[in-house]
Amino acid sequence: MKPAAFIRHVPKTLDEALKVLSDVAPDDGRVLAGGQSLVPIMAFRLAKPAHLVDINEVEGLQHIACDGKTLSIGARVRHAAFHKPVVDGPLGALLSYVARHIAHYPIRMRGTFCGSLAHADPSSEWCLVSATLGATMVVKSTRGERRIAAADFFEGIMSTALAEDELLAEVRLPLLAADTKFGFYEFSRRAGDFAMASSLVTYRLAGGKIADARVGVGGAEPSPRRIAEAEAALNGNAPGEDHFRAAAAAAADAVEPLEDHQTTGEYRRDLVRAVVHRALEHSI
Amino acid sequence: MTEKSTITLTINGHDHAIAVEPRRTLVDAIREDCGQTGTHIGCEHGICGACTVIVDGEPVRSCLMFAVQAEGKAIRTVEGLAAGDTLHPMQQAFIDHHGLQCGFCTPGFLMLAVGVLEREPDISDDDLIDVLSSNLCRCTGYQNIIKAVRAAAAEMRK
Repeated sequence: MKPAAFIRHVPKTLDEALKVLSDVAPDDGRVLAGGQSLVPIMAFRLAKPAHLVDINEVEGLQHIACDGKTLSIGARVRHAAFHKPVVDGPLGALLSYVARHIAHYPIRMRGTFCGSLAHADPSSEWCLVSATLGATMVVKSTRGERRIAAADFFEGIMSTALAEDELLAEVRLPLLAADTKFGFYEFSRRAGDFAMASSLVTYRLAGGKIADARVGVGGAEPSPRRIAEAEAALNGNAPGEDHFRAAAAAAADAVEPLEDHQTTGEYRRDLVRAVVHRALEHSI
Repeated sequence: MTEKSTITLTINGHDHAIAVEPRRTLVDAIREDCGQTGTHIGCEHGICGACTVIVDGEPVRSCLMFAVQAEGKAIRTVEGLAAGDTLHPMQQAFIDHHGLQCGFCTPGFLMLAVGVLEREPDISDDDLIDVLSSNLCRCTGYQNIIKAVRAAAAEMRK
């Protein structure tokens, strides 16, 4: 239960961080941000990185900035930063509501938004938010900068499009229109556990009918994603029990659920139906 | 390859000059290198909360931080709660409301509750229950811990 030995690097600037990451990445170097997932994995010796690039002292990664269209979140921003809304309107309220479901309070003091995305646990709340809302990842290395859409970023269980020498420096979330409604629900057996299934839904109302529906499902498949079949069941229809039930059923039919030691695929498929339905109920 | 580095940890206002490897967790350094054994180690992977301490005003799991990351920061542990013979209101409330039995989880609960209440003195009862779900207690069934923390919260607001 003690981590294996590693060499720690403590860069102070982003350029320095990218340089050292580029140097040590081929020798199993990893980025250490909040450490709330990486350190337990190291304690179990499931990960034995030879080098850790500790970015907790890098200047210029602590920002939460809004330009009127997009919310930018730097790599050192902790989950707890979202306990209170960071921006007016539905996006700030959504992030604040979801943040309370992430692990436990002391974990939220240390863990980071970007670190959750780079770790890419299927159950991660921030991964679900990013996939559902269409986040853009700003990825940097000594080779330059590139942007990756959330739909192209998550590549399976704890697997992303990041190359080993790349740092997820920032994530950008589109602001939600002022009349956007949202609902979120996750199921786990104990408070703070990894969600066995979760759902985030957003939509607007046009003439009493649902428009621009987004239905995201997390924890059920290797990566969180939007479920087009469920969105189609909502768009153009009035919000209410009949269409919510239809959308939940469509989502349950559409997923290819993970199986593990505690759940069969069919059980998880049923959970998907339940969490989508409850997220929609919470949206009213 | 992983040489020890010399660092100074500031625990409850006292400096401890120690030499640790980078992989040394903060809780191991607090207990083994600084001799402050009031902080307990339970699961060593961030689930149980027994090792909760306050670092620069934030309640954190000290098994999920490396000691070298805490250099220059103000660390507070259960040894620093009482003022001489006068217990901290949180400690007194745990006694008054029978918030402990075996006591193993108690230092973690005390630091969690004190850390959160100092940050959010007016936290709601519902949010407080969510906070207290962070740590594991196998004896009390939590009800007396909740009573104790609510009573201490009222006392700390005075």
